[in-house]
Amino acid sequence: MDEMESGVVKKFMFINRKPPHGTVYALEVLEMVLISAAFDQDVHLAFIDDGVYQIKKGQAPAEIGCKNFSPTYRALDGYDIEKLYVEAEGLAERGLTEDDLLVPVEVLSRAELGKLMGEMDVILTA
Amino acid sequence: MTMLHTVNKSPFERNNLDSCLGHAQPGDAILLIEDAVYAAMGGTNIAGKIADAAKTFRLHVLGPDLKARGCDPANLVAGVTVVDYGGFVELAAQNKAVNAWL
Amino acid sequence: MKFGILVNEGPYNHQASDTAYQFTKAALENGHEIFRVFFYYDGVNNATSLGQPPSDDRNVTKNWQKLAEDHKVDLVVCVAAGLRRGIVDGNLAPGFRISGLGQLIEAGIQADRVVAFGD
Repeated sequence: MDEMESGVVKKFMFINRKPPHGTVYALEVLEMVLISAAFDQDVHLAFIDDGVYQIKKGQAPAEIGCKNFSPTYRALDGYDIEKLYVEAEGLAERGLTEDDLLVPVEVLSRAELGKLMGEMDVILTA
Repeated sequence: MTMLHTVNKSPFERNNLDSCLGHAQPGDAILLIEDAVYAAMGGTNIAGKIADAAKTFRLHVLGPDLKARGCDPANLVAGVTVVDYGGFVELAAQNKAVNAWL
Repeated sequence: MKFGILVNEGPYNHQASDTAYQFTKAALENGHEIFRVFFYYDGVNNATSLGQPPSDDRNVTKNWQKLAEDHKVDLVVCVAAGLRRGIVDGNLAPGFRISGLGQLIEAGIQADRVVAFGD
């Protein structure tokens, strides 16, 4: 692919703010993230606000007739997508801790995450 | 280099604006569009918060969205400036990246 | 300056596609370049050739088509999101093309700015 040979490496951040299952955003963001892995970019994935629910352990959507895509978050490091961030305030507001999450992440404060967002070249929030 | 943040939801319905204000860096530009323009109006119970935000950020509101909703630009919170679609484009161009708080 | 545009919502439930269209139009009028407009999530529904809005309403699909026609704007519909929602070559409005999600990432790399519109 031309873009892979162009040598341009940008800082991409996908910011998840919405919970899974109620809407399609979490699933289709994940598809976007997986595709981005093919382009050798500096990919960051952040879970803030209700987005932290996307990586909550124990999701079993079989009875609502939806696909369980949550295990895919654990497969991301196989695609060299290793920069996963969760907002500390987002967890705390929802009574969650790092132990409730299904994938290893770096927990950052809102202030730290805001600063990191400011360093990005491309931000896609959903 | 600063960012442009866009917010398109009413602050009375969703937390998009609060989340944006909680993450944006001092000096960043914030543009209220679509249903978020209600946040820019004077006399609401969040007008004080918006006036404070306008001291930390460059706060803008999209004129055509105000007009569509019957919101009088003369009654905006102090410090909020009106731009048109061309102004929106130039804000996107002048800042390093655009974060749409969807 | 080169802009990439992302449209996340369908043509009539949300204002997102209208705002994206007005932004794109203004960018072209101001002398900027539109690298690509990418339609994702329910945004793929903007590309249906089957919509028939009432004659006193705007036709969102036609608005986009006209931009493509007048300014050679590249309108790309995500193939995976389109298949899910029944947007395929058979009902694709002229001026749009179907391609992969990589086209969005490429826009992120090639364009100076990506501006997203959604819910």
